[in-house]
Amino acid sequence: MTPDRGSAFEIVAREDYSDVTYMLEIRHPMMAKAAKAGQFVIVMEHEHGERIPLTLADFDPAKGTITLVIQAVGKTTREMQQNCRVGTFLHAVVGPMGIPSHIGSAKKVMCVGGGLGVAPVFPQARAYARSGAAVYGVLGFRNRDVMFWEDHFRSVCDEVVVCTDDGSAGIKGLVTKGMEQVLAAHPDIDEVIAIGPPIMMKACAEVTRPRGIKTVVSLNPVMVDGTGMCGGCRVKIGEGIKFACVDGPDFDAHQVDFDDLMARLGRFKPTEQEALKKWEESCRMGGAEVGPADRE
Amino acid sequence: MAKKKTIRTIPQERTPMPEQDARERARNFKEVACGYTLENAMREADRCLQCADEPCVRGCPVGIDIPAFIQKITEKHFHGAYDVITDTNLLPAVCGRVCPQENQCEGVCTVGDSLEPVAIGRLERFVGDMAIREGWVNLPYIEPSGFRVGIVGSGPAGMACAADMAKAGCDVVVYEAFHEPGGVLKYGIPDFRLPNEVIDVEIDKLKQLGVRFECNTLVGRLFTVEQMLTEMGYHAVFIGTGAGYPSFMGIPGESLNGVLSANELLTRCNLMRARDFPKYDTPLQPGRRVAVIGAGNTAMDALRVSLRLGAEKVTCVYRRSKAEAPARAEEIHHAGEEGVLFHWLTSPVELLGDDRKRVRGMRCQKMELGEPDASGRRRPVPVPGSEFEFECDSVVYAIGTNANPILGQTSKLKLNKRGYIDTDDSLATSIAGVYAGGDIVTGAATVIEAMGAGRNAARAMKAYLGLRDTAVVFEPEAPWQGRRFGIALGEHGYARLRVV
Repeated sequence: MTPDRGSAFEIVAREDYSDVTYMLEIRHPMMAKAAKAGQFVIVMEHEHGERIPLTLADFDPAKGTITLVIQAVGKTTREMQQNCRVGTFLHAVVGPMGIPSHIGSAKKVMCVGGGLGVAPVFPQARAYARSGAAVYGVLGFRNRDVMFWEDHFRSVCDEVVVCTDDGSAGIKGLVTKGMEQVLAAHPDIDEVIAIGPPIMMKACAEVTRPRGIKTVVSLNPVMVDGTGMCGGCRVKIGEGIKFACVDGPDFDAHQVDFDDLMARLGRFKPTEQEALKKWEESCRMGGAEVGPADRE
Repeated sequence: MAKKKTIRTIPQERTPMPEQDARERARNFKEVACGYTLENAMREADRCLQCADEPCVRGCPVGIDIPAFIQKITEKHFHGAYDVITDTNLLPAVCGRVCPQENQCEGVCTVGDSLEPVAIGRLERFVGDMAIREGWVNLPYIEPSGFRVGIVGSGPAGMACAADMAKAGCDVVVYEAFHEPGGVLKYGIPDFRLPNEVIDVEIDKLKQLGVRFECNTLVGRLFTVEQMLTEMGYHAVFIGTGAGYPSFMGIPGESLNGVLSANELLTRCNLMRARDFPKYDTPLQPGRRVAVIGAGNTAMDALRVSLRLGAEKVTCVYRRSKAEAPARAEEIHHAGEEGVLFHWLTSPVELLGDDRKRVRGMRCQKMELGEPDASGRRRPVPVPGSEFEFECDSVVYAIGTNANPILGQTSKLKLNKRGYIDTDDSLATSIAGVYAGGDIVTGAATVIEAMGAGRNAARAMKAYLGLRDTAVVFEPEAPWQGRRFGIALGEHGYARLRVV
């Protein structure tokens, strides 16, 4: 094996938002300059690691860093939670990948983020705010303890609605309830951007479909290379098949076949669980909750 | 000098390639063909007539002086044979293994007119392997030309172009999107046909020529081709990104779990080493009963990889007959030996799923051959009422690829109507200084054709940069007999701007 060692990717900052969610800031001046809202990267933690796609949560051309927010659900993301400290290096970070989000001429935009999806929707909220649009943020979390980045959104949004499952912060209920609340006050919203677990994005699409509001979702299916070469990330959009890595990751929510997406996200579930179990045994830490095979 | 050889005096039978036993090799990833021994090679080299018209040289996409290197083998001057090959081909160990020689050099061999042709590919591999074992490297003396060349893609086209441009004194950087260089040689071709160690040796040779590899770099998105010429200061750029956008048929059931492209199967298995799970983290759910659609070389690789991953039954489904199959005859033969079943003249019409959205079988229809189509092959026509089903828990598509859209999305490069990069005969694209070759221009083809394109583009790029082909400048009666530091003076002289 002759991987080039010159291209190590240093972690320069880390923050933990909860016991499963953590933020990594990685030095990559070139990508920080090139990245645009809606794009993603593929990360490999170590030489034997798998390649996992992660949507960019932020990028700072001045500092020369990119930001990822990661949820520890599978073997790789938990291992990263344990090993990725400030000053350590990732084996591979490639990107920015995918077609950047189209920041159109919409005047009133609602940005909906559910759970981990709060992070990747932030660059789009900021881009719309910079384009002069009025931005309404709807952020959904399980409870108060796992909340993050409310301040980020407050700094770019005209209004922010926080929803929690148990009502420990903001309104009690799912993001769809928050969306209804915003839509009641602002029925003239031009565009909705929703990022989160597939089931949430599906529900968001159903809120806007009867109202005929353009809705964009960002899909993150299982992929290997991220350059269109493997076709693992193919998704059903309307009648056609698209590759999320090069034709997306943004798609018209009203055209996406979410059931198909959810079925395909479980492709490697048995193998993934085996890997996680083996890893947990090797760390002697068992007993942790096993989340869905969601990549984010 | 030995007495003149004739077709009657040479060994009549082609020397067989020592191979791993079919049943044993179908369960391991070690190389199938073990390579000629010294005795094998000497005997086979003796079969070359050293004929005057040398059809093999014209049959070789890169024009290796085949009779010359075979002559060196008969003289037991193996380093000399290596020198001859590396004059034109940087990667003998790779090409000796994966070139379709039966359609190239061996297909036109004079011996082949009456006997089986000389096993040129096997001899080339013998020399290449010996060079790796002995650590031979032919490092030319390079005069820096001051030009900077950027190459997009580290597969066979990019590697061949990089070698030629580096020899011409250019400062060459090769960009690769994956975390390791090698392109299709690494992710696509499995270890039992082309071990990754062989590719790494060849890449190291390029590094010794001064070529730098930048992995984890997605050109088009991290920076554009236009930026390479402007901000990044490259004087010329070569694009060899490969076709890379797998095709599916558009029949019902293709999004079922267990349905994947050959590219995905091969990448997970070869590059990401899913076969060594859980030591490596990449998952792969290998099927017990695998059906592979298509009968090209990639299909054969997918079939044989599936066997080695432990599948009980592996079936090839192809809509035409064996005679039309695009795979090399040798590959089909190897696959059959290892236990692959073939459904010729069969086309899938639907993939069947269970209630958990996993594939459980395939409905097919039988075909018969009708009139020849545009490709000259007889068009398969469905036989009415011939539908049948068979069970499988994994379906692999190996029916070719479409053009990768990334560079089209991110640059002003002119594309043809199928989405491939449009070039002229010298492989120049619509942007001055940008050249392209390999699958991204022609659509899916072979490793050696990509290498040939890389070299042709290099020739055009040298002309564009004003690096004169000084082969015409050097007098043939030059006192150094045309060679110095292991390379032909013509090649060497590329770096010198001399006018006759």
